[in-house]
Amino acid sequence: MFTHIIAKPNAGKDRKMASKYSNITFKGFRRENGRVGVRNHVLILPVDDISNAACEAVANNVKGTMAIPHAYGRLQFGEDLEVHFRTMIGTGSNANVHSVVVIGIEPDWTKRIADGIRETGKEVAEFSIEQKGDFETIRAASWAAKDFVHKATEVQREECSISELWVSTKCGESDTTTGLGSCPTVGNMYDKLLPQGITGFFGETSEITGAEHICQKRAINEEVGERWYKMWKAYQDDVIFAHQTDDLSDSQPTKGNILGGLTTIEEKALGNLEKIGRTSQYIDILDPAEQPNSGKGLYFMDSSSAAAECVTLMAAGGAVIHTFPTGQGNVVGNPIVPVIKITANPRTVRTMGEHIDVDVSGILRRDQTIDEAGDALIDMIRRTANGRNTAAEALGHREFSMTKLYRSA
Amino acid sequence: MSNIPHLLVHDHEDNVGVVVVEGLTAGTEMFCCVTHDNSTFTLTAGADVPIGHKIALKDLKNGDTAVKYGEDIGKIIADIPKGGHVHTHNCKTKRW
Repeated sequence: MFTHIIAKPNAGKDRKMASKYSNITFKGFRRENGRVGVRNHVLILPVDDISNAACEAVANNVKGTMAIPHAYGRLQFGEDLEVHFRTMIGTGSNANVHSVVVIGIEPDWTKRIADGIRETGKEVAEFSIEQKGDFETIRAASWAAKDFVHKATEVQREECSISELWVSTKCGESDTTTGLGSCPTVGNMYDKLLPQGITGFFGETSEITGAEHICQKRAINEEVGERWYKMWKAYQDDVIFAHQTDDLSDSQPTKGNILGGLTTIEEKALGNLEKIGRTSQYIDILDPAEQPNSGKGLYFMDSSSAAAECVTLMAAGGAVIHTFPTGQGNVVGNPIVPVIKITANPRTVRTMGEHIDVDVSGILRRDQTIDEAGDALIDMIRRTANGRNTAAEALGHREFSMTKLYRSA
Repeated sequence: MSNIPHLLVHDHEDNVGVVVVEGLTAGTEMFCCVTHDNSTFTLTAGADVPIGHKIALKDLKNGDTAVKYGEDIGKIIADIPKGGHVHTHNCKTKRW
């Protein structure tokens, strides 16, 4: 058994709720390719680590832009390089981004990333540093960035349907309260909004360990479930068994998880999987940072369980809002995607309230149902889509972490 | 006030529950709730157990299976009396 529904749905009520959720609208930014964003960033995107300084100088010159420095992009090869390109192109292509200045050390990879983003129809300007130096690159890129800021600030939000929203989830610093409260809240949201046509993402391959038998069954059909299991098993064999020194006991559960009362990976995984609710099924599996192309619905993205890496990959996949249940209090944010924090732990609300957007601690006191908590989250998603800054945005959390599969050449 | 539970249990098959209040002390007569159907019962806490940590709902023996969400979450590796604290010192994954 894997059920602990608090509010018992009935057919009549469900029908009424369906129309209630399908009528939700928000004011978003409609992009050239039809996708809808909830933020309007002008990005200064480094192709590689050694272009970070030039990007940060441009962002300093031109207000209203954002550089997103990162640690990689040189001497990578094979699938690891593909993940790098997908993450770069996906980040620039995200509908929360209005336009992009791309800066790399040399022109070839810079062009590859710039052209990848251009496929969305948005404006991209590319610059490479070799034979010019930082000064000349920063000068030219600053002019382009300033032009983009003028254009971005004249774009107006317009009415969009909830069905146009792409919402991801991943939890962090989990404890036993996430499985009781904040993860089922996200699951309830997906159970209500996926039927309205939203696109959803969940993942965290390693954290499904212990609940893989349940996750496989939540696929839309057997074929997808079998592909999911193969992907999960490959992770076990190629990553865990290939690199383990003793077992995962020091990392899964994490020290924070254990402090919060989680004892085993199985217990953690069962709580984690509450994020896909009671009825939601995933329709396909995505590689890290891959963009969905099987239509509307829920996708499992093969991804790290580290918060910043996972949110970065899902943002590159196209999610424009992230829902983040936490127990002990993870503080993560993302540069381009608003991260909504949800907690059911009253101690975390008391000690770390500045990080929490949706307090569902009433679930533990039994004065709030999962159904009510799901509605509270949906309302916060709507408000965030309309422009409300999340706690992570207000506190300047812009963690942008590239996933690295293996050593560079 | 007495309606606010000290301990939540996911499922009737479970043999552990989760402390959901801060500062729980040994000897407290806990008001417990099974979230699956909101049924309630009482149980005496056998130890000071922090919020989020688990308590045995019955006597558990070395070698038993810990059940939560109605699922196997690991093996009991030391006897735990009913009301006792269940965590990494007496419960471990069967996986590794």
